[in-house]
Amino acid sequence: MRYSALSVFLNGLRGNKGWGAAWRSPQPKPHYDVVIVGGGGHGLATAYYLAKEFGITNVAVVEKGYIGSGNVGRNTTIIRSNYLLQGNNPFYELSMKLWEGLEQDFNFNAMVSQRGVVNLYHSDAQRDAYTRRGNAMRLHGVDADLLDREQVRAMLPFLDFDNARFPIQGGLMQKRGGTVRHDAVAWGYARGADMRGVDIIQDCEVTGIRRENGAVTGVETTKGFIGCGKLALAAAGNSSRVAAMADMKLPLESHVLQAFVSEGLKPFIDCVVTFGAGHFYCSQSDKGGLVFGGDIDGYNSYAQRGNLATVEHVAEAGKAMIPGLSRVRVLRSWGGIMDMSMDGSPIIDRTHIDNLYLNSGWCYGGFKATPASGFCFAHLIARNTPQETATAFRLDRFARGFMLDEKGQGAQPNLH
Amino acid sequence: MASLVSCPHCGSRPKEEFTVKGAALKRPAPDAGQERWMDYVYLRDNPRGAYEEYWHHTSGCRRWLVVTRDTATHEIADSRDAALGVPETRA
Repeated sequence: MRYSALSVFLNGLRGNKGWGAAWRSPQPKPHYDVVIVGGGGHGLATAYYLAKEFGITNVAVVEKGYIGSGNVGRNTTIIRSNYLLQGNNPFYELSMKLWEGLEQDFNFNAMVSQRGVVNLYHSDAQRDAYTRRGNAMRLHGVDADLLDREQVRAMLPFLDFDNARFPIQGGLMQKRGGTVRHDAVAWGYARGADMRGVDIIQDCEVTGIRRENGAVTGVETTKGFIGCGKLALAAAGNSSRVAAMADMKLPLESHVLQAFVSEGLKPFIDCVVTFGAGHFYCSQSDKGGLVFGGDIDGYNSYAQRGNLATVEHVAEAGKAMIPGLSRVRVLRSWGGIMDMSMDGSPIIDRTHIDNLYLNSGWCYGGFKATPASGFCFAHLIARNTPQETATAFRLDRFARGFMLDEKGQGAQPNLH
Repeated sequence: MASLVSCPHCGSRPKEEFTVKGAALKRPAPDAGQERWMDYVYLRDNPRGAYEEYWHHTSGCRRWLVVTRDTATHEIADSRDAALGVPETRA
């Protein structure tokens, strides 16, 4: 069923009893042209664009939990394309453009809100670095505005501008950045893919990858063997485990990242604001809760929960930026497992096995990349060549010395 | 993450005293070849389960430790001084 104002009105008249399930729960067929491992945002977006843009509809998405149970429902919902490097920026800008047309495209209200993203700077050196980044963005046709202290103060008067250690000098703003309702992204892509014939198979864990004569023939799952022409891995934090089933060792570590939401407050933050002197980013949801997060905990983890030392660290950074947070109560915190790559940038590439494709290494920037990741991965699967904005995300870039290290941290995944 | 980490020199200490470095891997010989070095610098087993890591007792004895920790439960099974070396199997 197509959602529209009229369908809402007519269903309202009938007591809202006419709504059907947004997607089916099919049993797996014996064989698909493409099987995608991982029903998160990226896997579902890949299936959606495969069906919609590349005409491949005999596709299954295999998910070990339920749709939206992983990182797509565990992030701080921020979208932005304020990247410095040439290999990254056009890709994230493609993502931003897809976000801008997404709701019309997949006929689902994802609450895309371009409320602006401000990165604060606290020193002359940081201002210069942000100026450089802003110029790089503008050279790529992306909007960027350097704000001085008074411009930031007019927007966000409650920040601690005169913090003794980290006074706020200004900020780099991307007005087109903002937030998106993350669950709705998973649901919208799932519904759009399902509508075009994709089978979304939930509660179905992949336990093995079957190969014959050097090619993948299908996957062993908890719901039996599923054959496939091409196998696409989009397993996020579990990428290393799935890839190991095909004897691959990836340049990844899995780390836990926590996110938090506070009790509901009256509106006071109308954009996304990030601290430049520590790792803290914050926005306010439409319900009024502050949604915020910080750094990863720093140790390898497959548990979807973090520890209190990091909670304290995030709270300290938040309070250094917004003193008014000190009395705010936190409602919930949760953890997601990030596929931290060795240079902080993702991998969308073919592998040593001809019909096996890999999408991973999103670190904690995966949510904003969801549409472009799905689009570019679908392009790669359908055409066997990378989409033009995703040519730098090669698996062999580490061996060739073509790292995409935005932060300049080197091969230390817990620092990216 | 366990709240307490047992240090072979200081006993049970709060986790906040420690800094984690990452996988405890055996450093290859300088002439071990490109493939071996690529593996050491960039590739990780990244298991769900037991894992050996370098931790530094930053706010304690300042010794480097090799801590055996479960990445799914966060339980720490063992810790020893890094000077005792890492097993060959982790190369």
